[in-house]
Amino acid sequence: MELIYEKGSKGRHLDILPVCDVEITEMPEAFKRNKPPALAEVSETEISRHFTKLAGRSYGVNDGFYPLGSCTMKYNPKVNEEAASLKGFTAIHPLQGDDSSAGCLKVMDMLSRNLCEICGMDEFSLQPAAGAHGELTGLLLIKAYLKDKGEIGRTKIIVPDSAHGTNPASAVMSGFTVVNVPSGEDGCVDIEALKDAVGDDTAGLMLTNPNTVGLFDKNIKEITDIIHEAGGLCYYDGANLNAIMGICRPGDMGFDVVHVNLHKTFSTPHGGGGPGAGPVGCKSFLADYMPGSTVGEISEGKLTLKRAPKSIGDMKSFHGNFLVAVKALAYILTLGRDGIVDSARNAVLNANYMRVALKDTFDMAYDETCMHEFVMDLGKFKDETGCAAIDIAKGLLDYGMHPPTMYFPLIVHEALMAEPTETEPREMLDLAVDNLKKLKTMAIEDPGRLHTAPHTTCIGRPDEVCAARNPVLKFVREEK
Amino acid sequence: MGTYIPNTEKEQTEMLKKSGYKDFDDLFKVIPDGLKLNRELNLPLGKSEFEVSYIMEDLAGQNKVFHSIFRGAGAYDHYIPAIVKSVTSKEEFVTAYTPYQAEISQGILQSIFEYQTAICELTGMDVSNASVYDAGTAAAEAITMCKDRKRSTVLISEAANPYVRSVMETYCFGTDTPFKIIPEKDGKTDINTLKALLADDETIAGVYVQQPNFFGLFENLEDIADIAHEAGAKLISGVNPMALGIMKTPAECGADIAVGDAQPLGLALGFGGPFIGFMACTSKLMRNLPGRIVGQTTDDKGNRAFVLTLQAREQHIRREKAGSNICSNEAHCALTAGVYLAALGADGLAEVAKQCMSKAHYLKNKLSEAGFKPVYEGEFFHEFVTDCPEDAGSVLKKLKDHGILGGLPIEGNRILWCATEKNRKEDIDALCDLLVH
Repeated sequence: MELIYEKGSKGRHLDILPVCDVEITEMPEAFKRNKPPALAEVSETEISRHFTKLAGRSYGVNDGFYPLGSCTMKYNPKVNEEAASLKGFTAIHPLQGDDSSAGCLKVMDMLSRNLCEICGMDEFSLQPAAGAHGELTGLLLIKAYLKDKGEIGRTKIIVPDSAHGTNPASAVMSGFTVVNVPSGEDGCVDIEALKDAVGDDTAGLMLTNPNTVGLFDKNIKEITDIIHEAGGLCYYDGANLNAIMGICRPGDMGFDVVHVNLHKTFSTPHGGGGPGAGPVGCKSFLADYMPGSTVGEISEGKLTLKRAPKSIGDMKSFHGNFLVAVKALAYILTLGRDGIVDSARNAVLNANYMRVALKDTFDMAYDETCMHEFVMDLGKFKDETGCAAIDIAKGLLDYGMHPPTMYFPLIVHEALMAEPTETEPREMLDLAVDNLKKLKTMAIEDPGRLHTAPHTTCIGRPDEVCAARNPVLKFVREEK
Repeated sequence: MGTYIPNTEKEQTEMLKKSGYKDFDDLFKVIPDGLKLNRELNLPLGKSEFEVSYIMEDLAGQNKVFHSIFRGAGAYDHYIPAIVKSVTSKEEFVTAYTPYQAEISQGILQSIFEYQTAICELTGMDVSNASVYDAGTAAAEAITMCKDRKRSTVLISEAANPYVRSVMETYCFGTDTPFKIIPEKDGKTDINTLKALLADDETIAGVYVQQPNFFGLFENLEDIADIAHEAGAKLISGVNPMALGIMKTPAECGADIAVGDAQPLGLALGFGGPFIGFMACTSKLMRNLPGRIVGQTTDDKGNRAFVLTLQAREQHIRREKAGSNICSNEAHCALTAGVYLAALGADGLAEVAKQCMSKAHYLKNKLSEAGFKPVYEGEFFHEFVTDCPEDAGSVLKKLKDHGILGGLPIEGNRILWCATEKNRKEDIDALCDLLVH
């Protein structure tokens, strides 16, 4: 399809502004750009149609089933969007002062308190803009704390080999070295390997629970105790919080610092890759190091922004992705204490319903009760049919469904990880199961068709090797 | 209670049975009892949509919406054309995930590719990524791009936005990167001290300077680029994309990396977020650029296709060896900036920039007449600093009482003012009339 730069013609434009009502000041010659940027020259009709067409070539939660494991693609409620587009939020300058932004401070305060209760933490910062950003923030809290206590020899962060890539990358950005510990046969932390890994140099551990294979690690208290006894701190990656909210809490499992993904657990939309938000919570002994401004009460009902006394500094300018926080607050208010538990329960029910329905079709990497997601292992299936996880995934596209996460976690080689979420009706789960079964049949009867799938999408499989070898990363207009 | 669970209790019970579970307790028995909360969360019961809507409107109503804003400092109040909101609220864009499945994500991938093109055009640089969180994190990530085995220190201009500098310093704390501040002199980066700092230390990897700077002034960026390069350091230029409608580009000035916030390009103030950090660099630095990058290729039938590319740089492949941990970025904000730029075009953007600059100069003259004398001499874009003949706090309060958000009070009872195309002449006149002594 044409790019916006290939549409329109020279001189087409929109009339946005009135004629300037003050004397014109020209850019001084010394600072003037030599030639104008080659931006699009299009009419409003063309813009509207161009992006409507692009929207048609995209796929969101509203287009259909989106069981992307570890991403919690639940429905994004519309009342949240409406709240975040209120002028009383969108038109507020981040530096306009406590008095005139009392509503924003209240939003921040309410959300922080709610997240504290849900996670079993004492304080929350809303500044981090995404999950990975939250990880970095949490690790910097640990770093600042250890430094303050004179524990400078603690330089290592323990990360299980099943962890998301952001975990080790965040550890390195925090100046730590990474110690990978292998997972046990059951997909959970290998306690003996963990005991061998800890020592005087342990700064902390990063973990999700439920873990990245969708299982609840029953030994979690023992794990966090091992780390604490060794003198380290425990970081909870909240990517999988949706399964357990209202049922158990990271703080009660022994975690000292957590991040949550508002764009997963708390229903804010992903926007095609952000903006998300990754608020960070901590136990009170870390509160002095929190980043940015947190909300405090000066007098009854009167809020103010305050800096923690030993703050690590700012993780982001201003107060985080505030409008995302507005949506998450609206969501928590809607669900309440009853709806939160109910959501977790149904997320887990939907996943197990699909898992049980599929376990005679595909091998389960771990054939036991899962939490909000489960991992299929297509290793043997690939040997038998020649069709890999990617082929099944691409085949699903022809049924109008987004595939499960492919090839993650890395410890399962032909992994397909499905997370249906609680907002899917039973018929959709049944349909997805049927489609996956049909794809298995196709893999046996007509593997060639699956190797070249998808056949019904606007493009076929793209040549990724060529894209990386000969990078074309922007449009260059051919000189006429 | 409010809920988004479609399955009724009856259906849930049937599903539990069919899956081999007696009830929810049975389903959750994998969680040891001792770890369970075993009480209700201490939160209110769920509410209806009507109630939630009312509460949110009430909260929004407790903020003051100013009818005219003369404050910037990194968050700018520009007019947002109606087409921007219309396009960006399309649910296919709003509710999609990161475009991992290229075949059903061409729309999002293409919108990012078009955004990358626009950022390259604006900055003059060769390559742009798909975005990072904001100006602060963009500047902070750029530091890592400059570093190598021999060079690890960064110099940060004191004349750069303090809210950006603060983020850079936090990231430096993380990576144990030494940094030094280049002091400000007469509102600009002190070039003599910069030279001395570079002469003193052979480990300087990069120099960060903002154009126009925090005080609104134009820096002599070309000279700074030459000085940095002679010393073997790279230049990271923070830049306001709105100014780039008419201002010399970072590339023309010799910068190696251009970063900034694309918030002025169609994003609401939103109490400071979501904003969007853009990052662009020379082709030489392409493989050091963090974050998602979209590339053009072809599909199996030879059609034009877009994919996430150069992924060998990224955390999901390289894990602890990745240059950055960034995963989710600000894709939807990139779409917003892309639509804004399509709506404005080069001429429209130049017009907005010119009006910002003209109104700021008009405001400066009027304020000066009212007794608020400019502090610095140099040429400026749409922000400037004045002295304040009385207590800045009480001046700003007076304006606030008239529905006007005045400039930002800064050290020494000074005020950093900003004007944009939205500030009409009559609003500027009204502001200054209130301040006349």
